[in-house]
Amino acid sequence: MAKAHVKMTVNGKEVESLVEPRTLLIHYLREHLNLTGPHIGCDTTHCGACTIDMDGKSVKSCTVFTVQAEGASITTIEGMANPDGSLHALQEGFRIMHGLQCGFCTPGMIMRAHRLLQEIPNPSEDQIRFGIAGNLCRCTGYQNIVKAIQYAAAKLRGETFAEAAE
Amino acid sequence: MNAPVLTREQREAKLEGMGCKRKRVEDIRFTQGKGNYVDDLKLPGMLFGDFVRSPYAHARVKKIDGSKAEKVPGVLAVITAETLKTVNLAWMPTLAGDVQMVLADGKVLFQNQEVAFVVAVDRYAAADGVEAVEVEYEDLPALIDPFKALAPDAPLLREDLKDKMTGAHGPRKHHNHIFEWSMGDKDLTDAAFAKAEVTTKDIISYHRTHPTPLETCQCVASFDKIKGELTVWGTFQAPHVIRTVASLLSKIPEHKIHVIAPDIGGGFGNKVGAYPGYICAIVASIVTGKPVKWVEDRIENLTATSFARDYHMTTEIAATRDGKVTGLRVHVLADHGGFDACADPSKWPAGFFNIVTGSYDFPVAHLVVDGIYTNKAPGGVAYRCSFRVTEAAYCIERAMDIMAQKLGMDPAEFRLKNFIKREQFPYHSALGWEYDSGDYHTAMNKAMEAINYKGLRAEQAAKREAFKRGETREIMGIGVTFFTEIVGAGPSRNCDILGVAMFDSCEIRVHPTGAAIARMGTKSQGQGHETTYAQIIATEIGIAADNIMVEEGNTDTAPYGLGTYGSRSTPVAGAAIAMAARKIKAKAQMIAAYMLEVHEDDLEWDIDGFRVKGLPEKSKSMTEIAWAAYNKPPPGLEPGLEAVSYYDPPNMTYPFGAYFCAMDIDVDTGVYKVRRFYALDDCGTRINPMIIEGQVHGGLTEAFAIAMGQEIRYDEMGNVLTGSFMDFFVPTAVETPNWETDFTVTPSPHHPIGAKGVGESPNVGGVPCFSNAVNDAFSFLGTKHIQMPHDYWRNWVVAEGLGLHK
Repeated sequence: MAKAHVKMTVNGKEVESLVEPRTLLIHYLREHLNLTGPHIGCDTTHCGACTIDMDGKSVKSCTVFTVQAEGASITTIEGMANPDGSLHALQEGFRIMHGLQCGFCTPGMIMRAHRLLQEIPNPSEDQIRFGIAGNLCRCTGYQNIVKAIQYAAAKLRGETFAEAAE
Repeated sequence: MNAPVLTREQREAKLEGMGCKRKRVEDIRFTQGKGNYVDDLKLPGMLFGDFVRSPYAHARVKKIDGSKAEKVPGVLAVITAETLKTVNLAWMPTLAGDVQMVLADGKVLFQNQEVAFVVAVDRYAAADGVEAVEVEYEDLPALIDPFKALAPDAPLLREDLKDKMTGAHGPRKHHNHIFEWSMGDKDLTDAAFAKAEVTTKDIISYHRTHPTPLETCQCVASFDKIKGELTVWGTFQAPHVIRTVASLLSKIPEHKIHVIAPDIGGGFGNKVGAYPGYICAIVASIVTGKPVKWVEDRIENLTATSFARDYHMTTEIAATRDGKVTGLRVHVLADHGGFDACADPSKWPAGFFNIVTGSYDFPVAHLVVDGIYTNKAPGGVAYRCSFRVTEAAYCIERAMDIMAQKLGMDPAEFRLKNFIKREQFPYHSALGWEYDSGDYHTAMNKAMEAINYKGLRAEQAAKREAFKRGETREIMGIGVTFFTEIVGAGPSRNCDILGVAMFDSCEIRVHPTGAAIARMGTKSQGQGHETTYAQIIATEIGIAADNIMVEEGNTDTAPYGLGTYGSRSTPVAGAAIAMAARKIKAKAQMIAAYMLEVHEDDLEWDIDGFRVKGLPEKSKSMTEIAWAAYNKPPPGLEPGLEAVSYYDPPNMTYPFGAYFCAMDIDVDTGVYKVRRFYALDDCGTRINPMIIEGQVHGGLTEAFAIAMGQEIRYDEMGNVLTGSFMDFFVPTAVETPNWETDFTVTPSPHHPIGAKGVGESPNVGGVPCFSNAVNDAFSFLGTKHIQMPHDYWRNWVVAEGLGLHK
């Protein structure tokens, strides 16, 4: 199969490859670039484990061809930590509020929450729940994920999330 | 400069031992996308395998032609049952004593059954190859309704068993019959029913569903021809069992098989058994000499690897008119699908379903379970459940409500009246168990007060009157549940898997600087073992949890253990940790005595070391003792500080809980709203309250899913109607209610730290609680038992049937 040339920015670095035109973006990220943070949990774009940030939008990378990402700017979970290597407020929030268990949905969940907080810096609980409805979690029951996002939202606004003290 | 002197509280807090809300160590890697799951593994030259699957539920396979597929670019081989026969692996033994086709051998018995395995250079080429394999089928009549399985003219499914009228669990009475299993005293129970003042009898069905971890089942097999060694990385909840079974099947000596379970993305029972994908990947690696990866997709996961439940329970309760239960009689029709691949301890074909007497003092009971074959996927795994305990809890908790309704009693009051009393423990149930400890009345009363049960009932009564007057179209239901589980399998006298006793193990090695590593026979799939196990050790031997690494999943380094499922990690492995730690502590005491020049008996334990009784300033910390253990051991004592424990529990543990749910249902749309859900759990000693609450939240969400719509459904031809996340209900954050958690503490008397296990309790107690709420909502309109799942449409159908839409 003739290969297509793609060029994009992933986690701040320019990458360039030859790929089969049918290669899904999730497989390109995981298998060509070795970014195994984004996961695959379904075949029908329901679970959101593969969620990444692409040109300022949350995108399920299992439903995008790599060639569609030509010229795009992409952030995956691997690009989320602060420049000094410390955890991003969301990564910290998920840990402090026990917003993860098996960890499989977490990278997608954090990437979705990241975009949500760009859209709504001070979301209500309902806005968070609706905002992450495209991401499934089988372990946590979401309650602590909601709190993790509230924690991060507060921290990014320079405030303290009341329940974090517990 | 002297280090500041810490108070006792500060020293204790520093350890982060049992009882503290220690943050999880796992999260550091998971939140950064640095988990290490099977599909993340990439080996040089690695190939990829994919299955050709049957579109039919029951058909004869006339011909498999892989010649076109083999010409597809990138495809290396097409493996069929004929290939597997050359290595005697066309069939594999199941955990339940049956055999299962690895690849279709002459016929197929369920839709999406594995027919051929295509091996190619990558997953895209493998999928191309799958498309190109030509299979000729001859359609046969499908048997889907379990109630028709034992009809004389029912189609014969298992031709391989046609003349074998004795199975792994005794005689078979029909060609589609697997086993009959009975417990209890039939005559005494029949007598109790003959003289009963009030009886109920209902078919209570627990529908077929699926554990659905977000990561599907997958493996990488790599056979090294030069060394004759096989390495398999896989989603294994029980890696050692996989190694032993792989050795027995492949004849590769066990020491030359390396089974590794890396991080697992949720298990919930789905990853206990062995699946055709594992066998095919291993064979493909042996044939090609290259590593072979197999990763099932979600549709394959839902339709082929291990369903759960599918129990149809005819349940009868006998009681006195004033509400005392006098007998329980249950007959179960257990639908196992095309092969009996049920994951139960080998002597227990229906798991621990005989916990069905629940939390109640039934003087007599009798239970019969008939296992049958149908044209559905094999499995019967314990979906966040200790071997059919969920089915048993649902059965008794629905039946108790039905009886309360018949007696005109409040369901909570009826339960309080029939609870096993605190002074009756250890309690011997009519179906053969010895409950270790419990205080049901205290838990129930605490829960009723917390939820304001009386207030809720008063509100419901008012709402019902308003409904009758036509002022509202909403009805209110209150779900009441009090469950007792049986977990921690188990004592080797009655629990084994294919002959391997169900002990578990821990090896602790304290390093010279006082840091330690603990290696375990269990395997976390999200439960947080790396965090909580270290807390047990911290409390036991005074090493800070942060200085203890917990390692699981590598069968080369871990002591042999039976893995994680059935809430057995804390009851069995947790006990092994305490016992290993106590061995270390005993040696540490000898060393400390030598260092302090006193007799061992003159020492006492003090948080993080030993001190001389009456002379608290004379002490040695565990760190100091560890250094001495290696470098200045007492004369005659061998150096080092490590221990291993294989723990065979004397009994199971019996966690319990009181759950309440308040729900409103719109009768015109069937839409429900969960207003409150309150869960009180008693899991004995609590190791990490944060993780316990997290487990309860997650289990309740699974219970919510199951009760309110999560179902594997088939049409009459055997087509799976709910084979993807499009149709199979997995709740999002929007539907999922808020959970209120609470607890009481009744330690297990036989467990070294008194812990009982909690991971599965919310699934066990949650399902009946939701179902009881829906049933309670409709009951004043004349319903008796409404089958699960209670999705919007089915609620609407119930309302329609009651004439509420006229």
